[in-house]
Amino acid sequence: MSAVIEVRDVSVRFATDFGEVEAVDGASFEVREGEILGLVGESGSGKSVTATAILRLIRRPGRLTGGSIVLGGRDLARLGEDELQKVRGTEITMVSQTPRTALNPLITVGEQVARLFVLHAGLSKADARKRAIEMLAMVGIPEPERRARQYAHQFSGGMCQRVMIAMALATSPRLLIADEPTTGLDVSTAARILDLLRDLGHRTGASILLITHDLGVVATTCHRVAVMHAGQMVEVAPVRALFAHPAHPYTRALVRSIPRIDCEVAMEPIPGAVPSLLNIAPGCRYAGRCPWVEERCRQIKPGMTEIAPDHLVACYAVEDGRARVV
Amino acid sequence: MAFLAYFLRRLSLVIPTLVGVTIITFTLTYVLPGNPAVVKAGPLVSPEMVKELEKQMGLDQPFWVQYGRYVSGVLHGDLGESASTGRPVLKDFKQRLPATLELTLASLLIALVLGIPLGVQSAVHRDTAIDHIGRIVGVAGVAMPTFWTGLLALYVFFYLLGVAPPPLGRIGPGIEPPHAITGLYVVDSLLTGNWKALGSALHQLMLPSLTLGLSVMAPIARMVRSTMLEILESDYVKAAWAAGIPRRRVIYGDALANAMIPVITILGIVFGFLMAGNAVVESVFAWPGIGNYAITSLMTKDSGPIQSFVLFVALLYVIVNFIIDILYGLIDPRIRLE
Repeated sequence: MSAVIEVRDVSVRFATDFGEVEAVDGASFEVREGEILGLVGESGSGKSVTATAILRLIRRPGRLTGGSIVLGGRDLARLGEDELQKVRGTEITMVSQTPRTALNPLITVGEQVARLFVLHAGLSKADARKRAIEMLAMVGIPEPERRARQYAHQFSGGMCQRVMIAMALATSPRLLIADEPTTGLDVSTAARILDLLRDLGHRTGASILLITHDLGVVATTCHRVAVMHAGQMVEVAPVRALFAHPAHPYTRALVRSIPRIDCEVAMEPIPGAVPSLLNIAPGCRYAGRCPWVEERCRQIKPGMTEIAPDHLVACYAVEDGRARVV
Repeated sequence: MAFLAYFLRRLSLVIPTLVGVTIITFTLTYVLPGNPAVVKAGPLVSPEMVKELEKQMGLDQPFWVQYGRYVSGVLHGDLGESASTGRPVLKDFKQRLPATLELTLASLLIALVLGIPLGVQSAVHRDTAIDHIGRIVGVAGVAMPTFWTGLLALYVFFYLLGVAPPPLGRIGPGIEPPHAITGLYVVDSLLTGNWKALGSALHQLMLPSLTLGLSVMAPIARMVRSTMLEILESDYVKAAWAAGIPRRRVIYGDALANAMIPVITILGIVFGFLMAGNAVVESVFAWPGIGNYAITSLMTKDSGPIQSFVLFVALLYVIVNFIIDILYGLIDPRIRLE
């Protein structure tokens, strides 16, 4: 399957009062045609920053310091603001983690969907309105005609997220970035939103980059997974391989920390915390928490190695065979 | 429907406010030192004559009776007489009100037209040269009293540079004022196509309206800036960026519309500054408005016009705040539907 978007060595730095912080350190992955790629990691691991970087919406005090983001033969990292504006909302769209506040409180819900059709598809106001109501119906909003005339504060969180999804899919994008789309929603609503994303992604042919910290969501929703730790990409693998044969010590620990009901295995927390990114050593950022750490881990960041078909991992111990993948 | 209900609910709150206003204006003049009967009679009459006059004017009646008479007078359009002009206060007011309205509206327009874009640009280009200049202009506008900036402006633009006309009213000497439709010279001369009067009226209006406008521009610009800073970080603005909505439309559409609620709130306060500033600026520029009238009356201890001026400003305040409440409802569906 060909890649819709290829992210290579993307780095993002933020200036803080205490010095520069490299929030994303050379992240690489691709999202393929029609797939859902999960991007997982703890809070502060750089998932959302990576997504923001793909849309080129990193703002001061942050900046994109390197790498390429290739979409349809163009490198977004090198496009000007005018061209980027044409990519955003048409080829790449975004569903945020705060559905309730991501809708403009002063514009009716229908109008917020409709204006995307006017802006990006050049439809007339009347046609755009019609299409907006169709989109609202498609994402499962009951009585879309009536609801289109209402405002965000008259919608529940789950309904707001459905509207966001309608907006994100209105322009038939090639890539939809869903940044923790189920945060703050109750479990059953969250499940329905994920079903909707999966179903609509499939029907509209949009590839989805699903950012989450919930491995349960990853297991049920994604085709492949990319794991981030402290701004570095540590492992990329098909979802089955990742859960069955996690390779990177961080991923192994993550998988072991999932509570299970099918067998008597105790949950194991991961020792230590995500390291501070200030004045961090140039090597692997998991070194301080890793059982197989050696000196070079702290000096030079390991590159991605393919240890099985389509299964990439960045770890010297795995590369050398010291940490055997089971 | 919901909006009509909101409108009526707000309107019903205006009446108790107005009753309160009349009580306060009346009490103020009631407790202030100085006997109106003495003022009216002059300094040379005997105490018996004063007593007689007090009886005639009803000043010997209890407080509530006097208040009732005052309110009934106000309701019938009787605001008393001015001791200095010898005419009914209402008549004097009617004659001077258009001048004040013209100056106030022109100043408000200047403050909004300059203040809103300045605030937006300061927020968008935070901590850059534009932001710093905006801050300096703002602080200067607030820190310098209008009587001083008015005199300074006259000294520089009239006396030194000669680009401004002498401060002698609303229209140049020897020029016929336009046929009165609204009473605002600029509007009337536009409506009647009287370009000569328009030019002269604008020329006369230039310095006083800039003096007053720049003094109230700062709070508007600061409020726009701080609200915009907050809103530019909001989730829906970020979502609008991500949806590829053009930059200008995100800033001046999505964001500014949401910033208008606090800005309109500050307009109510700004209006108060304008009314206070009016009195001062009008006397500096010999502008024939009600502010000037009130100050002249204050100098001569002419209580009728002062009382009426206070009542009038309070009434305007109530009206402005009522309009502001209605605007809230028009702008924000959440308030309307509450």
